[in-house]
Amino acid sequence: MTISNELPPVVLDAATAVVSEVAPPRSRLRRRTGRTRIIVCSCIIGCYAVAAMIGPILLDYDPVKTRTSMRLQPPFSRLEDGSFAVFGTDQVGQDVFAQMLLGARISLLVGGATLVLAGLIGVSVGMIAGFFGGWSDSVLMRLADIQLTFPSILLAIFIAAVLGPSVQNVILVLAISNWVTFARVNRSQVLSLKHREYVDAARTLGAGNRHLMLRTIFPGCLAPMMVVATVELGHVILAEASLSFLGLGVPTSVPSWGVTISNGRNYLSDAWWISTLPGIALAVLVMTTGVLGDALRDRYDPRLRSAG
Amino acid sequence: MTLVEVNMTTPISASAAPLLSVEDLRVEIGTSAGVVRPLDGVTLHIDRGETLAVLGESGSGKSVMAQAIMALLPRPNGRISGGRIVYDGVDLARLPVKAVRKRCGTEIAMIFQDPLSSLNPVFRVGAQIAEPFRRRRGMGRREAKRRALELLQRVGIPHAARRIDDYPHQFSGGQRQRIMIAIALALEPDLLIADEPTTALDVTVQAQIMTLLAALQREHGMAMMLITHDLGVVADVADRAVIMYAGRIAETGPIREVYEQPAHPYTEGLLGSIPSEAQPGERLRPIKGSPPSLLDLPRGCPFHPRCAYRTDRCVSETPVLRRPVGWSVAQLAACHRSEEVLEHD
Repeated sequence: MTISNELPPVVLDAATAVVSEVAPPRSRLRRRTGRTRIIVCSCIIGCYAVAAMIGPILLDYDPVKTRTSMRLQPPFSRLEDGSFAVFGTDQVGQDVFAQMLLGARISLLVGGATLVLAGLIGVSVGMIAGFFGGWSDSVLMRLADIQLTFPSILLAIFIAAVLGPSVQNVILVLAISNWVTFARVNRSQVLSLKHREYVDAARTLGAGNRHLMLRTIFPGCLAPMMVVATVELGHVILAEASLSFLGLGVPTSVPSWGVTISNGRNYLSDAWWISTLPGIALAVLVMTTGVLGDALRDRYDPRLRSAG
Repeated sequence: MTLVEVNMTTPISASAAPLLSVEDLRVEIGTSAGVVRPLDGVTLHIDRGETLAVLGESGSGKSVMAQAIMALLPRPNGRISGGRIVYDGVDLARLPVKAVRKRCGTEIAMIFQDPLSSLNPVFRVGAQIAEPFRRRRGMGRREAKRRALELLQRVGIPHAARRIDDYPHQFSGGQRQRIMIAIALALEPDLLIADEPTTALDVTVQAQIMTLLAALQREHGMAMMLITHDLGVVADVADRAVIMYAGRIAETGPIREVYEQPAHPYTEGLLGSIPSEAQPGERLRPIKGSPPSLLDLPRGCPFHPRCAYRTDRCVSETPVLRRPVGWSVAQLAACHRSEEVLEHD
């Protein structure tokens, strides 16, 4: 997959751009730089979301319909039923653009749902481990360590192979392999917050453990959790595409980007667009979330701010 | 007439017994280097409406005492290993932490040293002041906010109505401490424990905060425990003083007497190290040496290695709190040679 190779340079460029712009009136410049990146990236992700939501309503797509006479048409060709295939057609005559719109829906749905599930598990685990410490901390964090010893995609492949392909299973699998990041980051944040005096101050006013965790400490963990979620969004979308590419993700009847890329692989020499266009769409989305996560971290991570 | 009214509103039993009495309190904290005893047999009391100053160097156990009373000792390492904390007839040291928390806030409130870190940075100050009203008094949002605004105005935040929706970082250090005081006073406690309330503030602001605390105390008739290492800050505010050294009480008594006629060499040394207005340019007289490590307390009187009055008895025998012979005021000192210290002044 070319995507993962393309990601680091772009992130690096963004990072060096920030560093070089940290001139004397530091805070204002940096804030403005971060803001541009955040706005542009949010807009791009917003476009994907809008396309995923209304695209499939405008463009009809039936996964079992085949039009063999119209197969492997290049981009910008007019089909026999008068419709216009912007991104061409695939090996059974399906419109690639319509497939991609539905694929965006799957990617964002899986990405969002996974983040919610992994975030819920991870944030709760991190909160409990960090707040109570002691044996609960040891048990939960050793569990996380053990899971981290397996490469996450390997773990995902293993669980997916056992559970079988379906959208819910993909979400479950990816949540299981991604909660650890949330748990570890949240635990460290809770550890740094729980000895602040305002937590003691809340205690002296009679706040119980539940109130302290949810109302006093958790709001302070939100910013780092948002950063983790943004960075993880790209990973999760990529992982879903990888699983689907390998045939372990969503069922082949669901037009995920991974499935489309996989289908087009055999036709790369004479119909490049089937694999390439969804690949580009995937790469742009993953890169955008990476840059956005980076920008959010620059803005919300106090350590980076003081270091600059 | 007024006397009768006072007696009717406050039951005789409650007014006779002190509001809070700490009896022979001992605290142990387990560290990697061994068990330390930051409090080793501390006995003191506070009456209703009284201000008690607890003075001492860093590490003398002042803050640990506040933590012990508020059930804030570091867990699981810290614990109360002996003694009683009787508040209003109930021994807080025996109560489960949950029950202590329930009393805290409504009856005992606390303000902390660093006013920046004791406010939650992610909430507006109005919400933080209103929270006790909403959680403990069950008030509605609007009512709680109205009360929060009153409190903000009372503690002297200018343009309170406009600033109630600001975040803590938008306030200055002195204003933050005022906000902390507002939160602590929200539920009208009977006892306010102020742990170094002015240490993080600059000198002019210190005086303002102390004046505010004294005024609020008169209004509410609450008792106040002022923990500080700054003898000057509390001189005009406190009624009585307790001088602590190495987890024990060195001297206690009415603050005027203690300041004017110290009966313990440590108190004498502390007072001697304050710059004097009478003789500007004079060299300060510091106490020689440094406070002992709690892991390795000297035998006998813990102050003896630094003491000018040291005898062999001080090394072998730990002095207990006692009234110096021939001394009339309610002044107690833990020193074998208090009489000579008193004569020295």
